[in-house]
Amino acid sequence: MNLLLKIWRQNNSASRGSLVDYPISGIEGDMSFLEMLDVLNEQLIAKGEDPVVFDHDCREGICGSCSLMINGEPHGPDRLITTCQLHMRKFKDGDTIVIEPFRASAFPVIKDLMVDRSSFDRIQQAGGYISVNTSGHTVDANAIPIEKEKADESFAAATCIGCGACVAACKNASAMLFTAAKVSQFALLPQGQIEATDRVLNMVKQMDLEGFGNCTNTGACEVECPKGISLENIARMNREYLMASAKG
Amino acid sequence: MSGFAKSSIARKVVMALSGLFLVLFLALHVTINMSSVISPETFNAWSHFMGYNPVVQFLMQPILIAGVVVHFVMGIVLEFQNRKARPVRYNQYRGSANAPWVSRNMILSGLVVLAFLGLHMYDFWLHEINYKFVEANPEDPTRYFEETVEKFAPLWRTVLYVISFVLLALHLWHGFASSFQSMGLNNKYSPAIRSFTRLYAIVVPLLFIFIALFHHLNPITH
Repeated sequence: MNLLLKIWRQNNSASRGSLVDYPISGIEGDMSFLEMLDVLNEQLIAKGEDPVVFDHDCREGICGSCSLMINGEPHGPDRLITTCQLHMRKFKDGDTIVIEPFRASAFPVIKDLMVDRSSFDRIQQAGGYISVNTSGHTVDANAIPIEKEKADESFAAATCIGCGACVAACKNASAMLFTAAKVSQFALLPQGQIEATDRVLNMVKQMDLEGFGNCTNTGACEVECPKGISLENIARMNREYLMASAKG
Repeated sequence: MSGFAKSSIARKVVMALSGLFLVLFLALHVTINMSSVISPETFNAWSHFMGYNPVVQFLMQPILIAGVVVHFVMGIVLEFQNRKARPVRYNQYRGSANAPWVSRNMILSGLVVLAFLGLHMYDFWLHEINYKFVEANPEDPTRYFEETVEKFAPLWRTVLYVISFVLLALHLWHGFASSFQSMGLNNKYSPAIRSFTRLYAIVVPLLFIFIALFHHLNPITH
């Protein structure tokens, strides 16, 4: 398979970037998208050029490291997968593929296709946890009965890997789906109730401080999320936030 | 409380509540306007009541104007914030792959409706202010039907009204159901809310278009 890659190259967050053309040949359909980029980088290194920088780690769709806006969609044209799970068989011989970083003011470019997503970490640190005594008197989590439906909904929300595709897909660069998933996974469980009020207030406050946009309910985040996190979580966070604000 | 007022969620709730208020107002407005097609006498009676009842004039009208101003000002503020959240645009962005056009272009449909509102206020509200308070004319409960029909005589105005109501339909198509999501309601009733939204977004603007065309095609002959 012969392809033309148009890849965003940018030295650092302060510099201006641009798309650079890279023709590539000999790509197999069974290669993953990141393996295709590995091939390109080997060729660039062999030529003494600077390889393309991109985030990756587990390469099995669970770590949330890989990102990439591929032909205008986060994680590419397929659904419910991350970039590392995207296979080159999704493209045709002769295709042009535009590869850009996830773009948001809260995701500044570090270099090329790698962006700083630590704003997500700071939202998580603002309240995405429960306080548990782990000094030897830990209560078995399974000792607390939880309705099956609630447990399932909580687990579904907890499958968010924090990749940032929701922000990248949203026309407003809103982080509502991520924050809502992290609020929901605890809001649905009895263990999450004690800190529920502070959690939602602090996480939304941090989300706003990071400079993400506002949700306009387009639903693009839900469609592009590799884990299928539902918009219901955003409605739940809105409810939690309004109730928490009413409590003061 | 100040943190709440500044939060993105509170602003969305303000958009939702003011939007729902305007949706309710539209239902009232189209009901009264339909009477102009069915019975000019009823239309005159309704219009006179709305124009001279002190509760309508000095309580409900200011609330309505506030609702419109809040909805538009907040919408524009949110749009600016959203643009700031992505200072470098994508070279390629396939918005159509994951969200419908109407949901991605609420600012466009909203601004067209806002521009229409300017014309609408000039046509009817300013005319009323002038009639009642500047020229200080006496009450005339029979004038409204004729004044309204005359407005639709020029083709350009009728066409502008029709275009604006098409854009209003698109705005309602997304905005009505979306306001429930913003207020935290996404449950087993949501499919019914979405169905009602679609029905409302088609029927109400279509009735307004019908009224405009009806009066354009049936001018008063003296």
